[in-house]
Amino acid sequence: MKSYAAYLLRRFGQFVLVMFIGMNVAFVVTHATPIDPVEQSIAAATSFGSTSPEAIAMMRESLRELYGLQGGIWEQYVGFWKRVVVLDFGPSLSAFPTPVSTLIWRALPWTVGLLLVSTAITWVLGNLLGGLAGYLHNNRTLNVTGLLVMGFHPIPYYIVALLLLIVFGYVWPVLPITGGAQMNMARGWNFDFVVSVVKHSVLPVLSLVMVGLGGWFMGMRSLVSNIVSEDYVVYAELGGVAKSRILRSYVMRNALVPQVTGLAMSLGGIFNGAIITEQVFGYPGIGALMIDAVHAGDYSLVLGLTSVSIVAVSAAVLLIDMLYPLLDPRVKLA
Amino acid sequence: MLKILRDLLRHNRGFAGGVFLLGFVLSIAALSFVSPYNPLDSYVVPPDMPPGWPHVLGTTSRGQDVFWMLTFAIRNTLAFGLLVALISRVLSLVIGLVAGYAGGWVDRLLMSINDTFIVIPLFPILVLFYFVMRDKMSWVALAGVMACLGWAYDARLIRSVAMSLRTREFTETSIFSGMSVPQILVKEHLPYVLPIVFSTTMNNINWSIGLEVTLSVLGFTDINTPTIGSMIYWANQHTAMVAGVWWWIAFPVALVIMTFLGLFLLAVSMNEFIDPRSRLGRGKE
Repeated sequence: MKSYAAYLLRRFGQFVLVMFIGMNVAFVVTHATPIDPVEQSIAAATSFGSTSPEAIAMMRESLRELYGLQGGIWEQYVGFWKRVVVLDFGPSLSAFPTPVSTLIWRALPWTVGLLLVSTAITWVLGNLLGGLAGYLHNNRTLNVTGLLVMGFHPIPYYIVALLLLIVFGYVWPVLPITGGAQMNMARGWNFDFVVSVVKHSVLPVLSLVMVGLGGWFMGMRSLVSNIVSEDYVVYAELGGVAKSRILRSYVMRNALVPQVTGLAMSLGGIFNGAIITEQVFGYPGIGALMIDAVHAGDYSLVLGLTSVSIVAVSAAVLLIDMLYPLLDPRVKLA
Repeated sequence: MLKILRDLLRHNRGFAGGVFLLGFVLSIAALSFVSPYNPLDSYVVPPDMPPGWPHVLGTTSRGQDVFWMLTFAIRNTLAFGLLVALISRVLSLVIGLVAGYAGGWVDRLLMSINDTFIVIPLFPILVLFYFVMRDKMSWVALAGVMACLGWAYDARLIRSVAMSLRTREFTETSIFSGMSVPQILVKEHLPYVLPIVFSTTMNNINWSIGLEVTLSVLGFTDINTPTIGSMIYWANQHTAMVAGVWWWIAFPVALVIMTFLGLFLLAVSMNEFIDPRSRLGRGKE
């Protein structure tokens, strides 16, 4: 138990480091620009509507503070961190008095749901198929599946999403192609609404799964095909242990360990994919919010979203690392 | 080297396929040097013409020839990928080799930073970067930022090889014969990791092109430089799909998928070639 605590402590240190570096990158990026961000943001935010002069003055004030342009670079840096720690990024500029945090909280469940479902499907399916393909490497069906799955793998999210949109939006319109749920429906835990949410999530999830599957498939296949030539597997086969048991307890279990590490590592990438998917399918999550924020010149929202995504991804990585010892007993000793 | 290439071409279908696809894409890119049009000019040909002679792949709503536009777009896209790969290779090589050789606290420190860069969600940071740069955003600046963020995974691979090289006898011999650490790394260890560097380069180019396409499709890059992404961006701006000008989107998408598949096949087949275990496995079948 003691070593598990040490392991946790180390992982927690890693979590802090990820946030620290990520935030510093964000700070450097926003402060290394030669442009006056305040005037630019105000110009962008007020170019469409008629905002009153008082509101503009308020915006300028809150922006100066938000950018931390008062004081030296060190004070600005400290101010930046204060905001990140309490997750308070001030009012949004494009939806003016609404606080950034409200907007983010509204969008977060959609993205988290989308990511959880698609990551779970991708990971389980990819490992299962990859494991089988590695174990039964002369199976025709599995080889063809492998080719298909790997063919989609190198194509960027945007293009796969676009293809799905064309197929299911124009060629064979059976599924809703935009939004998170039907517009005129009451939000809540009733049957109709849940069905609508599920229906609307099919294409976004499908696009994420199609792109993600190949990586897990390939990884698992090569891990398994290395393990099947190990002595203990050969011995078990000679000893007449049932094939299904060898696959389940001897091969898959050992191969899963690196795949869990891979899961933690890939989270940042999955998050990137979700943002594109949301844009293409008009899904009301973090990604769509971010893209709108950029187009509206909403600095506080963009900064808030960047920070939240860094925190969310590193927290998810920490969570996976915490579950890791359940799978691999050796971790506790290390 | 040539012999290896010939063997790969003859016996590895993936490699041959990759070379063929990439060769095709490269020759399209090369045609940009003999293009009759300037890529930045619009309304030089009749707009919205379907594929046919003399505009083989049709024309855009901005009065540009899709085929010749595509030659510039793919050239810039490939150049972008190469630039990112080049810079990030240097970073991953230095960090991977040093961490693997030094071990101890240097290794722990470098790998902590490395893991951090692996999990950080890049896309929001790139969007933030575009957001503050706006009109000053250039192609080279984006490549620089992406290279700074995209070295981590490969550094880990290189480190794992460097760690095993550290324990080999020839390393000890070089130390005793008085070689300095940089000398050992460059002269003794570098040749062993070069195959990995080549195959990760392919993946890195794919990764950076994918991100560039995605960012430009959303309008988050310098959209006036013709790339595959900015071509799709302009097509979307003119609602090409709805207007029935499908060739404006379909051909760039097809070409970029070819590029991806080509690079991907090369990377996979090179990996197979490098990894002796899978080579043995192939011999058995």
